[in-house]
Amino acid sequence: MGLAAESQFHVLAVDDSLIDRMLIERLLKTSSFHVTAVDSGSKALKFLGLVEEEQRNEEPSFVAQKTHNQDVDVNLIITDYCMPEMTGYDLLRKIKESKSLKDIPVVIMSSENVPSRINRCLEEGAEEFFLKPVQQSDVNKLRPHLLKSKVKEVGEEDQLINLSRKDINEILA
Amino acid sequence: MDVGQMQRQWLDYTRSLFIEGFLDNQFLQLQQLQDENNPEFVVEVVSLFFDDSERLLKDLNFALDQQGVDFKKVDAHVHQLKGSSSSIGAQRVKNACIAFRNFCEEQNVEACLRCLQQVKQEYCLVKNKLETLFRLEQQIVAAGGSIPMMELGF
Repeated sequence: MGLAAESQFHVLAVDDSLIDRMLIERLLKTSSFHVTAVDSGSKALKFLGLVEEEQRNEEPSFVAQKTHNQDVDVNLIITDYCMPEMTGYDLLRKIKESKSLKDIPVVIMSSENVPSRINRCLEEGAEEFFLKPVQQSDVNKLRPHLLKSKVKEVGEEDQLINLSRKDINEILA
Repeated sequence: MDVGQMQRQWLDYTRSLFIEGFLDNQFLQLQQLQDENNPEFVVEVVSLFFDDSERLLKDLNFALDQQGVDFKKVDAHVHQLKGSSSSIGAQRVKNACIAFRNFCEEQNVEACLRCLQQVKQEYCLVKNKLETLFRLEQQIVAAGGSIPMMELGF
């Protein structure tokens, strides 16, 4: 295919169930997303270039936050809610607390329809909450969230171009 | 039997699994995710389900066999089984798990043991049915045919 790698959205999927990981990966790939699937919140954070606080406490000489890995460009994170050690909610919070990651849209999945849980996640900044089993129609809802963040990036580039035009005008004046 | 007859047999068998409630719409979703690039997708996911379920049923046996039953653990296992059965569309197994979780909450050992039996039964039934279905599929493919697409609204 002649498409450049950057034009394909990269989704990070997090789920401790192997079956559900297979499913979400297939669903996302059918929608032409590039997918990385991991089985825990801590693995997700590692992939995103964020070192856990617990590690920081154990070894105080380590830098708490690795510099953002420029090669890892994740456009959306979709995570299961019920996971051992770190829930999807915990992961969501850590992402929103991180300067480098907070603008990445996060979607939560859960097999249980608990309104208080759903509200908590949405209030914490989750874009969507999907009930499992996740359907193709749910995955189709993801594109607008991804395009929104793409538009943001493009907007910033326009500002840079405008700045240099301004500079040139000043020079020519 | 020619390919056409085998395909009709496959369709009838699949329909019966839906009518009898063994499978629900989620199974159709699985089939729709299968294509020429992923021709074994359904078999792969269902095989994982079989492995997963057998492990969980063993764990449940063990947990309920203890002197002091840890209902949190039992519930966690059932929750997992409910999740995976729901993900592949094994409706009757899923429903049996839902009932099971209610008794976990009540911390009723006798009722939980009965539920475990029920879940085991439903699991064995759907396993047999799916294995039969996959055998039919293999026969169709071996004879040079393709698996029909299941239509909703039968």
